[in-house]
Amino acid sequence: MSVPEELHYTAEHEWVAISDSVARVGITDYAQRALGDVVYVSAPTPGSRVTAGDPCGEVESTKSVSDIYCPADGEVTEVNPEVDEDPGLVNSDPYGAGWLFKIRLDGDEQPPGLLSAAEYAALIQDEEQ
Amino acid sequence: MPELRSEALTRTPLSAVHESLGATMTDFAGWLMPLRYRSETAEHNAVRTAAGLFDLSHMGELRVTGDEAAAALDYALVSDISAIRPGRAKYTMIVAADGGVIDDLIVYRLDDQDFLVVANASNAVKVAAELTERASGSGLAAQVEDRTSEYALIAIQGPRAPEILAGLTDTDLTELRYYAGYPAVVAGRPVLLARTGYTGEDGFEIFTEPKDAAGLWSALTEAGQGAGLIPAGLAARDSLRLEAGMPLYGNELSRQLTPYDAGLGRVVKLEKASDFVGRAALADKASQPREHVLVGLAGLTRRVPRHGFGVLWNGAPAGMVTSGGHSPTLGRPIAMAYLNADAAKQATDALESGQADGDGRLAIDIRGSAEPAELIPLPFYRRQQRD
Repeated sequence: MSVPEELHYTAEHEWVAISDSVARVGITDYAQRALGDVVYVSAPTPGSRVTAGDPCGEVESTKSVSDIYCPADGEVTEVNPEVDEDPGLVNSDPYGAGWLFKIRLDGDEQPPGLLSAAEYAALIQDEEQ
Repeated sequence: MPELRSEALTRTPLSAVHESLGATMTDFAGWLMPLRYRSETAEHNAVRTAAGLFDLSHMGELRVTGDEAAAALDYALVSDISAIRPGRAKYTMIVAADGGVIDDLIVYRLDDQDFLVVANASNAVKVAAELTERASGSGLAAQVEDRTSEYALIAIQGPRAPEILAGLTDTDLTELRYYAGYPAVVAGRPVLLARTGYTGEDGFEIFTEPKDAAGLWSALTEAGQGAGLIPAGLAARDSLRLEAGMPLYGNELSRQLTPYDAGLGRVVKLEKASDFVGRAALADKASQPREHVLVGLAGLTRRVPRHGFGVLWNGAPAGMVTSGGHSPTLGRPIAMAYLNADAAKQATDALESGQADGDGRLAIDIRGSAEPAELIPLPFYRRQQRD
């Protein structure tokens, strides 16, 4: 189970990579395994405002559908066109080519409530028990 | 995700094998079964292009024997069972007195007075009880035994299944035709070898003793290595049968529906000589116009229709999705659904004049959004026939 050190996480199994007030968001290895083969991602619209904790999209797999929860306040700047073409990228490379969307953050500070890699790893350990 | 209390579930002779292969296990009708090994899409595609290996030991196996076994089954089931020749099998159903389906079954005739009835895991106990009651109630000389725990069942399905199996048996597979089944030896083990399946591909279902299951699985795995054979779980089994337009009890079939409702009136032989349970109700139903029709749908957007979602015709509720999912072979979402007769007629007329989407009138309600869909004649997928 992969939990890259340098990323931040949410309790809803998203990862966040922040650089220059832009957050890149995806779902974790744990999430993609639980979902199974992803067949479609409905990502938030570029230009739309999003609020931390709100559902802002869906990841549809062969067997189920899961909400994507927005990890921070801001404006959606970009959606990953490759995932639209090939939803399987979310399974094969959830932290890389399988990224879902980017948000320009409202503030300069790190959004509150994000988990560190260690905290997220502990969370999924508990869930597996 | 709901917790899997695996210690409360029945294990098959192969549960340990699946666990060692890293399968995601699931509760299916009280059995601990492999849902997928790595990727259900890869497993599905393997069955369509090479071969997949399935553990189906959860299915129910009932032996019906005796001087009047055939007559007892003619009475208990809707089809003409006496007409099945030894070494052949038939898809059929057991219905209640009101014609409602209790289960769909495959009956294998092993001998003049010896039948193997294979039931769905979720209905096995019920079917055993019904068959037993009907046999004794009929006064005919027939015994019914639930032998589920004495069988393991492994299926190998896909275009390369025959070549993979051929190396493990002396049986001439070119002689074993579709819906035939008879004793054979595979990988040195005595089995009942049948050319049946639930995937829409060529393939075999191999009934064996539980003690031989792991060895047989191993032998097939090894024989299939160079041919692209991989283990396949229940998720792939479901997406394969959906593409093949095959019904699933609990979805397309239920106690509230007759075989005619599901478009499967062909399994009912009203004209057979013997009386049978449900005959009067079915004879009545056969002559009535159908209120609902089972149809095939494909999504025009990428969201996936699921069991229970509403189908809309001209913006109004017109039916319900019975089974839905993403079709790897078609590359789009598909569903089977019951449409009310009027909407089905209009939709079919529109299809025939070149408007499969009903000129925009056909849609599926996916979590509150009306997603446009089109009518696709079932089955969604048909394999290339080689012979």
